[in-house]
Amino acid sequence: MPKIIFHLSDTSVREVEVSIPTTVMQAAIYGDVRGIEAECGGACACATCHVYVDPAFVTRIPPAQQDELEMLEGVAADRLPNSRLACQIHVTEALDGLTVSIPDRQF
Amino acid sequence: MAPAVLIIGASHAGVQFAAALRELGHTGRITLVDAQSGPPCQRPPLSKAFMRDAVPEDALHLRGPHFFTSAEIDFRSAMPAAALDRQARHVQLGNGERIPYDVLMLATGARPRPWPQGTVPKGVFVLRTLADARLLRNAADHTAGPIVVVGGGYISLELAATWRRYAQRDVTVINSGPRLLFRSASPDLSAFVMARHHEHGVRVLSEQPATGLVANDDGAVQGVALADGRIVPAALVVLGTGAIPEQDLAEAAGLACDDGILVDDQCRTSDPAIFAAGDCTRHMTGFAGHRIRLECVQNAHDQARVAAAVIMGRDARYTQVPWFWSDQFDMKIQTVGIFDPSSTCVVRGNPAAGTCAFYHFGKAEILQCIETVNMPAEHMQARQALTSGILPIRDQVASPSFSLKAFLAEQRAGLMR
Repeated sequence: MPKIIFHLSDTSVREVEVSIPTTVMQAAIYGDVRGIEAECGGACACATCHVYVDPAFVTRIPPAQQDELEMLEGVAADRLPNSRLACQIHVTEALDGLTVSIPDRQF
Repeated sequence: MAPAVLIIGASHAGVQFAAALRELGHTGRITLVDAQSGPPCQRPPLSKAFMRDAVPEDALHLRGPHFFTSAEIDFRSAMPAAALDRQARHVQLGNGERIPYDVLMLATGARPRPWPQGTVPKGVFVLRTLADARLLRNAADHTAGPIVVVGGGYISLELAATWRRYAQRDVTVINSGPRLLFRSASPDLSAFVMARHHEHGVRVLSEQPATGLVANDDGAVQGVALADGRIVPAALVVLGTGAIPEQDLAEAAGLACDDGILVDDQCRTSDPAIFAAGDCTRHMTGFAGHRIRLECVQNAHDQARVAAAVIMGRDARYTQVPWFWSDQFDMKIQTVGIFDPSSTCVVRGNPAAGTCAFYHFGKAEILQCIETVNMPAEHMQARQALTSGILPIRDQVASPSFSLKAFLAEQRAGLMR
């Protein structure tokens, strides 16, 4: 089971093991990780599951589609080159150890 | 001592309220009771991803399996609330148990509007809860004939689109209103959506009240009767004819209700110890400036957060701008603001290519609502505009070179100077 590592804005770190198929957003819900609001439940409709992907993983994840790129324009915290919506990152075995940082706000 | 909080209803509003209380540092007892069985679930996927079997049930859970234990929330499912005693400050549950409260939250949601003619034949369904969705999906999977959806609102259209697109079903939408999405969307969006449904082979009958459900000798539905005497054949019927607020508990206890439990902009009912949030409320909102009822996830979450902040002693007010989304065929529909039928519209985007934005200017020519199809960035900027009050005027929006993003950036730079 792949493990996802969340760096929270209070500097604490949470590791969540998940069974696939799932998304990074669902992993956060499963593990009660705070700071990922996921208001729309994963429909790419709210931009409240914004994360920064660890640079080592950025190229290992399929790039964002048009919808996600557009929704990222509305994130509450700074949008950076490694900004993604957690609901659009599908977890695979190859992403074991995927590390993401959660911004300090989603609204 | 921290107040003991009791929450009736564990859907989007009730669960968000409990979580927000803990996040804000509430240390008192929280009891969350729900009439449904099983863990609290996302509702929006029920008419879409869940209906086409593209998402497992556990992916619908609003919170992880350990959430209630670790947050010390006493969650009890399959436990309807039977009576509210405001003098004694307790709620009696279906099993006779009485749960006392200092603060009560009614997050009771809404229920499908009952079919006016009472009992319905076999093969007629509604969609509100996960249990409803399971029954409906199973019935659709095991029925070969035509499907009729009665009602032209968002849930009806999402179901129609799901069955048409992913199962190539024969689908007819029977709509009593003059157009689709009559209560919630503009005529402009409604016409665009109607055209897409037609294109994909959904039959839409507008201004056609369904007057009866026709059954065969076995008591199974075989058609829906229209006011003009026609009968639309159906092997399966969904009644998507709206929801009514679940206010029985409140009303019986003498709380002020008027098609919804009445709350102020702090989500307080007519009893200061009792709050309400979500679909069950008719609420004061700073954005509209008057009381409205809104059935949507945004409203449930935002009201829940305001109520939690108020209980924690903050002067929070519900001023959030409503937003909403729907996915039908290849349309990602997103709306922000409140559509006023007296407003006038400026169309942007490229409707022929499937992208469009409808900007609605209401009283005093003020931008009040923006509906987009397949323009998520425009939607996000529209949310920023309505939330910040940095609003373009009609002439600006009507200019072919207008960009909402550039407008917001310029205005903000101007404010910073």
